[in-house]
Amino acid sequence: MNQKIILNTIIFIFFTGIDILHAQNEENKINQDFELEIEAEYRYFYDDAAFNGQKQHFPSVAFTPEYSLDWNKGYEQFNMTGFFRLDVDDERTHWDIRELYYQKAKKSWELSIGLKKIYWGVAESNHLVDIINQTDAVESFDGEDKLGQPMVQFTYTTKNLGSFNFFYLPYHRKRTFSGIKGRLRFPVVIDKDDLQYESSAKEWRQDVALRWKHYFGAFDVGLTHFYGNGREPLFTFDPLGHVNAFYPVINQTGLDLQITHNAFLWKLESIYRSSKAQDFFALVAGLEFTFSNIDGNGLDIGLLGEYLYDERDEWALNALQNDVFFGSRIAFNDTQDTAILIGGILDLESSSKIFSIEASRRFGSSWTAEVEARVFSTIDANEFILSNFKEDSFLRFSLSKYF
Amino acid sequence: MKKTIFVITALITLGIQAQTPEELGLEIAKAAEQADLGFNSSTVNLKMTLKNKNGQTSERSLTTKTLELHEDGDKSLIVFNSPKDVKGTSTLTFTHKVGSDDQWLFLPSIKRVKRISSNNKSGPFVGSEFAYEDLSSQEVEKYKYKFIEEKGSLVVVEQDPVDPKSGYTRRLVTYNKDKGYRFEKVEFYDRKNALLKTLVYSNYKIYKNKFWRAGTFVMKNHQSNKETILEFSDYDFNVNLSDEDFTQVALKRIGG
Repeated sequence: MNQKIILNTIIFIFFTGIDILHAQNEENKINQDFELEIEAEYRYFYDDAAFNGQKQHFPSVAFTPEYSLDWNKGYEQFNMTGFFRLDVDDERTHWDIRELYYQKAKKSWELSIGLKKIYWGVAESNHLVDIINQTDAVESFDGEDKLGQPMVQFTYTTKNLGSFNFFYLPYHRKRTFSGIKGRLRFPVVIDKDDLQYESSAKEWRQDVALRWKHYFGAFDVGLTHFYGNGREPLFTFDPLGHVNAFYPVINQTGLDLQITHNAFLWKLESIYRSSKAQDFFALVAGLEFTFSNIDGNGLDIGLLGEYLYDERDEWALNALQNDVFFGSRIAFNDTQDTAILIGGILDLESSSKIFSIEASRRFGSSWTAEVEARVFSTIDANEFILSNFKEDSFLRFSLSKYF
Repeated sequence: MKKTIFVITALITLGIQAQTPEELGLEIAKAAEQADLGFNSSTVNLKMTLKNKNGQTSERSLTTKTLELHEDGDKSLIVFNSPKDVKGTSTLTFTHKVGSDDQWLFLPSIKRVKRISSNNKSGPFVGSEFAYEDLSSQEVEKYKYKFIEEKGSLVVVEQDPVDPKSGYTRRLVTYNKDKGYRFEKVEFYDRKNALLKTLVYSNYKIYKNKFWRAGTFVMKNHQSNKETILEFSDYDFNVNLSDEDFTQVALKRIGG
């Protein structure tokens, strides 16, 4: 069902695109570009599995083809990004259309139609405000991979009052959870198709969102409102202990603020989400400070600190209810763009800690390598979500070739 | 415009006795600014070749868009076309004549626009021998000046950066006063006042009968023996860009 809809959207946009192409003059220069990334990945979970069926070794391969076309001096473009991963976990074997949209810009306005990815927010450890796209939860643990979201996006940029973004989101995409062989899951495997909707229109509920973004001096501020099917499923339990999970209809207002002062970045993200079943407030606030060019050779060391609060307490899906994040970003600014990000999240109310390290480097002109480790340390047995992942510390190696 | 240059040339010739070296240096910097006034906007493609001390090279290509402003510093957009893993990475910079610049970075993999600190002036731009401050818009207010010497059509002026975060104590700029006060050479002296780098401009072309643009920049680091070559191509001064092409929305659009 889901895939059929995406396919129809592709066909629609493809033909719309062709029509537009025909309408162009010969003198208009058309640029096109095709690129393919092939990534070989290996994830190793070094602790014995907590649940039956879970594997330890996960070799995997992913393909990311990208095609872009622009004309009318770049004021009109067509972009497509596909994604396919083959993995040991059947649910992590998945494909997606990350992007497939037509865009036209004219002076102060811009219009996009199709599947697109939108990012909102300023914080590093948690992305509260960012709500347009569904998270590709099987792809990575940090929540930064997203599924393509069908939309009509209209942006109007004013001279002195910032930019106004209007989103019409006609279709909701469900979150995918790890399969039986996969790690980072609950004892019961959640099939995404078992999750229902509060709305009778289900995935076809017509959702809307608004964003205002402005900057003055050192301040960058964004205000957002989303009304529609929530991207996070809500888990409830009946008195017999049966799990009922569904996507509620939510109203979410978000604020993101960054103050950039010398080498300091002060950051705040905050949301208030309301639905029939649950109302809550959450925030992440912190700072980033960078010591730049320490050795006169380009070495930058950034220090990051953030406080995370979520009123849902242990029901917060991401388990960041009253935590502190600290980290360091080390960039060598060498020809290979070598960079390292080290971080830790400490729960202020229990012993739970998550540590991570990510390092990346380019080799030659078209290869990149990444190393990642995530360690779940002394996870409190009372953690509703995190306790399921306590045996899921892992190492990840990946090598990408760009064509 | 020719008249202005003539007047200023006359001023310099006459002024050698009448003005202090500081006044004369500032006069020359202003003449150079005046000579480049009115280009409005431009785009150019750029190939950057990084050479290490063993002669091994790596390349990157970028496109730069510039919007000229008068009351304040210029606006610029830079987008990376290669290496492929950073394709689409872009920066938007609002240069200010006084105070620190405003700068945003677009990361195409997660579609994030991030306001970044412009504090890091002395750090290398993408691993090259060019520091951020070498590539930012050259506003007269950013330096203190001192005339050094005049050799034929070449005039040498010492420039001391106003910003204490600069990586240099001074730079020696060689202008060509007969060619619209274009830069011919810049020598950079580090914080210990030792010669750090030399930048030589070549393959100049004149656009719209007024604007001199070098086709090649060669930056040699004397301390590390590394070198970076910039080759500019497809200069376009007829693009008619406006403020709307230099916004965070435009930054996302250009990065894809």
